Amino acid sequence: MKPAPFEYLRPRSLGEAAVMLEQGGEGAQILAGGQSLIPTLSLRLARPSVLIDINRVEDSAALAEQGGTLRCGARVRHVELEHSALTRRCAPLLAMAMPHVAHPAIRNRGTPCGSVALADPAAEIPACALALNAQIMLQSAKGTRSVLAENYFLRLYETARTPSEVVAELRFPVALAHERFGFIEFARRHGDFAIVGIAVAARLEGTSVASLRLVIFGCEPIPRVSAAAAKLAAGCDYRDLPVRQIAEAVASELDPMENAQGDAHSKRRQARALTARVLMHMLAGEST
Amino acid sequence: MSEVETLLPLSLTVNGLSVREHAPARLTLVDFLRHRLGLTGSHVGCEHGVCGACHVRVGGQVVRGCLFLAVQADGTTVETIEGLSASGEIADLQEAFVRGNAMQCGFCTPGVLMIAADLVSLDRTVSREEIREALSGNYCRCTGYQAIVDAIEEVSRARHARVA
Repeated sequence: MKPAPFEYLRPRSLGEAAVMLEQGGEGAQILAGGQSLIPTLSLRLARPSVLIDINRVEDSAALAEQGGTLRCGARVRHVELEHSALTRRCAPLLAMAMPHVAHPAIRNRGTPCGSVALADPAAEIPACALALNAQIMLQSAKGTRSVLAENYFLRLYETARTPSEVVAELRFPVALAHERFGFIEFARRHGDFAIVGIAVAARLEGTSVASLRLVIFGCEPIPRVSAAAAKLAAGCDYRDLPVRQIAEAVASELDPMENAQGDAHSKRRQARALTARVLMHMLAGEST
Repeated sequence: MSEVETLLPLSLTVNGLSVREHAPARLTLVDFLRHRLGLTGSHVGCEHGVCGACHVRVGGQVVRGCLFLAVQADGTTVETIEGLSASGEIADLQEAFVRGNAMQCGFCTPGVLMIAADLVSLDRTVSREEIREALSGNYCRCTGYQAIVDAIEEVSRARHARVA
């Protein structure tokens, strides 16, 4: 046994979980899919006194389209999002990103809500949530509030979620006919955390670009919408997007974390290459 | 800490047999299977979800046995490599692995076979790219994967040739 001892609780609803989280105080933590949390327990990087296992809660298991949003509850697993026809129709960007989320056995267990709760800088779901500006529903013993993805990611592993809140649901705006999406990432092994990744959502008006949300992730402390890319693309003819210029701008805007995966210089080069590639694929109407 | 750790009850089905046991909450499923039930076919490699040697099926789905608490398996159906071997479900895969030398030390093989079993049971043949992508979560430090991919591809084709 590697993890330090903890008390194990199994609530029947998310509401009950939120109450337990409040009562458990500082040492209490939610256990969702556990694919990131359990390794930190085994390495004893985390030593929660109470683990609140939400894998059996009866609510929040739904992946459903409702009122122009694709709702993904806390208990929905990556594999469901990966294989659902709803995902392909309502959120093509997520469908493109899913094969990059770890490996099959991890996707069978891990959850999109858990990924957003942890906010690993190299994770795909947070980047997609930001590109789509999804609503993140946070539930506590006091009630539920909604935070837009662009206000959610604050600093490395730091989000707008307080310790007494659980990520109850993600609400992705349903894709419209005049939107285009692209996703690409570079990792040492397929499914590993991205060294550099890009998620793009473009909205067209006729053939011109009304808005471009290009999110770069993996190499900075939090996923970020590129201001330079948005500015350069706005108003351009979609078929004539200044791809090279945007790629240069994305790279020079970047302030990469330097670590064992590479120095700032290589990450900028990777970002430039990936930006160009994902935009070319998107223009060609292919998925990457 | 002299405090006695709480043991939680769990009852589950493992390879078709019902099991009633008690376990501390922090015991992982793979350690439970190996140390309590003596099912040592599931291997413990990295113990943090990277290597794939500990793959087992819970409720029909392959999971990392090291990223799953034993108490979370309460009320579920668990299948290990021993169960898959005994039922004959993967007999053709095992034969292909032996025939094609798709292993050297064999440490990763049970975890690889759990993933391979899912791949070859799809209603279509799988490409080498798909096999490689599915195996991206399994570390093999001996063979270089070539022979493993060959063996899985061979079985995928053979199963569909039989149906067609």
